[in-house]
Amino acid sequence: MHIGLTHFLVLSAAMFCMGVLCLLSRRNAIGLLMGIELIVNAANINLVAFSHYFGNAVAGQIFALFGIVLAAVGVTVALAIVLALYRTFHKSIEVDSASTLRG
Amino acid sequence: MVDFWWLAVIPLAPLLGAVYNGLLGSRMQARFGKPAVHIPAIALPAISFAVTVAAFAKMVSLPAEERSLFVHLWNWLPVGGLDAGLAFIMDPLTLVMCFVVTFVGTLIHVYSIGYMHDEPGYWRFFSYLNLFMFSMLVLVLGDNFVLMFVGWEGVGLCSYLLISFWYKEHKNAVAGMKAFVVNRIGDFGFMLGVFLLFWGMQGDWTQGRFQPQAPAASPAAASAQQAAVAAPAPAVGLTFRNVKERLTDPAFREAFIQKKVFGISLVALIGTLLFVGAMGKSAQLPLYVWLPDAMAGPTPVSALIHAATMVTAGVYMVARLNFIFALSPFVMTWIAVIGVLTAVFAATIGFFQHDIKKVLAYSTISQLGFMFIAVGVGAYGVGIFHLMTHAFFKACLFLGAGSVIVGCHHEQDMRKMGGLKKLMPVTAATYFIACCAIAGFPLTSGFFSKDEILWKAFNAGNLILPGGGIAVWALGALAAVGTSFYMFRSYYMTFSGEYRGADRAHDRETGAHAEHHHAPKESPRSMTAVLIALAALSLLGGLAGLPHLWHLPNYLDQWLEPVFAGTAGLIRDAGHGASAEWALMALSIALALTGWQLARWLYRDNKSPVPQKLYASRTAWVHGIHTLVYNKYYVDEIYNATVINAVMLGRLALDWFDRTVVDGLVNVTRPIVLGLAWLHGKTDSQVVDGAVNGTASMISDAGGVLCLLQTGNIRTYLYVAMAGGIILILASYVLF
Amino acid sequence: MTYAIMFYALCALILVSSAAVALSTNIIYSAFSLLFAFMGVGLIYAMLSADFLAVTQLILYVGGILVLILFAVMLTFQIEETKRSNQSFSRGLALLTAAGLFALLTAAVLLAPWKPHAGEPPFGPTTAEIGNSLLGAYRLPFEVVSVLLVVGMVGAVVVARKETRER
Repeated sequence: MHIGLTHFLVLSAAMFCMGVLCLLSRRNAIGLLMGIELIVNAANINLVAFSHYFGNAVAGQIFALFGIVLAAVGVTVALAIVLALYRTFHKSIEVDSASTLRG
Repeated sequence: MVDFWWLAVIPLAPLLGAVYNGLLGSRMQARFGKPAVHIPAIALPAISFAVTVAAFAKMVSLPAEERSLFVHLWNWLPVGGLDAGLAFIMDPLTLVMCFVVTFVGTLIHVYSIGYMHDEPGYWRFFSYLNLFMFSMLVLVLGDNFVLMFVGWEGVGLCSYLLISFWYKEHKNAVAGMKAFVVNRIGDFGFMLGVFLLFWGMQGDWTQGRFQPQAPAASPAAASAQQAAVAAPAPAVGLTFRNVKERLTDPAFREAFIQKKVFGISLVALIGTLLFVGAMGKSAQLPLYVWLPDAMAGPTPVSALIHAATMVTAGVYMVARLNFIFALSPFVMTWIAVIGVLTAVFAATIGFFQHDIKKVLAYSTISQLGFMFIAVGVGAYGVGIFHLMTHAFFKACLFLGAGSVIVGCHHEQDMRKMGGLKKLMPVTAATYFIACCAIAGFPLTSGFFSKDEILWKAFNAGNLILPGGGIAVWALGALAAVGTSFYMFRSYYMTFSGEYRGADRAHDRETGAHAEHHHAPKESPRSMTAVLIALAALSLLGGLAGLPHLWHLPNYLDQWLEPVFAGTAGLIRDAGHGASAEWALMALSIALALTGWQLARWLYRDNKSPVPQKLYASRTAWVHGIHTLVYNKYYVDEIYNATVINAVMLGRLALDWFDRTVVDGLVNVTRPIVLGLAWLHGKTDSQVVDGAVNGTASMISDAGGVLCLLQTGNIRTYLYVAMAGGIILILASYVLF
Repeated sequence: MTYAIMFYALCALILVSSAAVALSTNIIYSAFSLLFAFMGVGLIYAMLSADFLAVTQLILYVGGILVLILFAVMLTFQIEETKRSNQSFSRGLALLTAAGLFALLTAAVLLAPWKPHAGEPPFGPTTAEIGNSLLGAYRLPFEVVSVLLVVGMVGAVVVARKETRER
């Protein structure tokens, strides 16, 4: 079967939704981060597929490259926060306990 | 008309004196004593007199038809066509008046030095006297109705101020008020007359109907406009000469006489109303009631104002406006009749009065009646002549009475006087001379003037009474007898016999009255000198108006002729000849002597028992007449019961109206206002505050609701983000 | 043909791994599933002629980020409870949301009128082009990203610092 653009797009949509699922149903902070990584990766697949199928080979890839880099930075900072969270909330990294900003 | 700016000095000099004494008098009196007050107060009217003499000199140098001096000070009321300026004009009539006012006035000022010597309000007296001089001079010098009215009111005011001079006593204040109010009634009539005059003068009557336009040559209205534009007629001014000019035009005069207002002849109405003013000011029937009460003022005031000058303002007014009065026989008759009735009426009251000043007051009213007889029958010059002579002898009489009163320690009842001839000889002599003058003894000034009046009345051809002026003459002769009688009665009761006031010396009263123990003595030189001067004039003043009958020159008549020339054609006489005149003159002398003898018989030396028997008589009609006349015919009581009560009832009615109707209306609005106020309050507290509070609580509640969004839970936030994302995608899909 | 088979195989790998990441109760399991997911994505890149990117993906994600995550897991967790270390919460609603989102996105993708270039897309090396672009047309984002990396590093250090230093 001919693999067209839409296949990749559907794939990336599915991965995105997995990431969303992970994001919404995790109690563990690091679990949240993993969900975010999945989301970013899904977006990157999207971008590269577009760049491949629309002739302009490089722009999408560069965009995806930057996406990877940014995700990396995000994870870094997020993990730092997780460590801080761990220390503050008595060795627990469950996000439910970090609700002191309740209004 | 010659410009003579010194004229302005004549009224303004006394004004200066009034202002000086009014503002600085009390301080000057306290610091420098009485001369600081009376020297300016006498010098300034004397200056007026000097200027009057200078004016006379100037006028004599002018030809007879042009004898009028003029000064225009200020454009006071330039309103449309009317122009009442502050301007003084001196024609022969005014000169006579000014002479009388300034001369007699100055003399009375000198007299007041002695009379008011003990008075703490000395400065106030002289201030008021000067103010009066100013007002009177403005009255006679004013060249238009408005200025004359200013002076008219001014003398009324000064009369009030001076009558109530000793205001701390209730009866003096009441007398002053009475004078002012009665005068006011007269002034109201006067004003109505002036208004009617100007309404009537405006416009053109010659076409037979009233057109408020300038008189046109052609009867057609269209060309009347053109004619008005081409030759503008003189606007009706307020000055006397302007009115006189218009009325000397025969066509206008004829049309004016024919005019009727509500069926009444316009001229008659105007004349009657103007005369109402004279009735008030000059104390004629029925508005004379204030003059006897005005004797509550100091005697110099009575002499100056209520004998010589203010009360004669009415006579002056009629003489000045002769060109109006002469147009209506009805008015002339009315004036003459009122005059003669007043003369007789007042004379009868004078028979039984005890107060010497009251006798003189009624005598003044009576003599004013004579003056009005004269101007009523058209003998304006004679009326002014009598005015002048009356000023001399009446002032002399009043000042003599004042001298007597001071000498008897402020005793005014003649029954308590007597025998003063020996104690106050100068006063007695001058008083006797003045009595002769007023009675009309031959060759006194009063003889010439009064006799002339009676002759003119007899010979009057303008009156509408049956028999012409004979009825007027008869009553006037009766009044003359009465005058002679009661004047000599007062003389004999006061000066002859023994001093009846001596029993007061035996009063054992407190030390304050100790000074009354000594007998009366002659008054100081300042007072007697004036008396002598006035007595001399009473004798010699007649020389100005010697009768034609004796083929002697009548200087006054010649002098005044240009003023009355305009109406000379209108005044007719009844055609009685010179023999009638001689007969009447003889009759006058006889009547005067009769009155004198009767008084002498009854009252000399208080020997005759007849007066006492009359007073004590039990006979009904004698007692009745005596009581009636003694109580002045109860006129004051009648007025009180009718007019005053009517006014008081009116007051009560209006008070009721104000209390019930007007206040009721105001109170009706009370619940309305309260209701509105309640509504207002409610609106403010519920609606306005509600809106404000509601907004606040709405925001607070919204905040409470929004607060729920802040769960602090990441998962919730993520769900919301996802939901938002989904909605956005759907929305963008739907919309785009 | 081969392309399609490879595609579907990789598809399966990625989806299963993602599912494991999302649904596993053990966090170590999740982490290692993530590793496979990353590798699958990298191979997808290779299939899409993004050779440089595939390698970069492997290096950065697997070699960098995944290691970082594992370190973090190690540092913050009681290993005794690894069995139940990654529990989920309200899974039903999450599944619903994810399913809904998937439906929406798929519908969007399938219904959109894509107009890809005619003909086969070219397969070729991209490294040179990427290098040229990074230092050519896209040098600004390149520089900014480098700054961002520094900032991120510093920020991470600051955030993760022990509080004892404040005393």
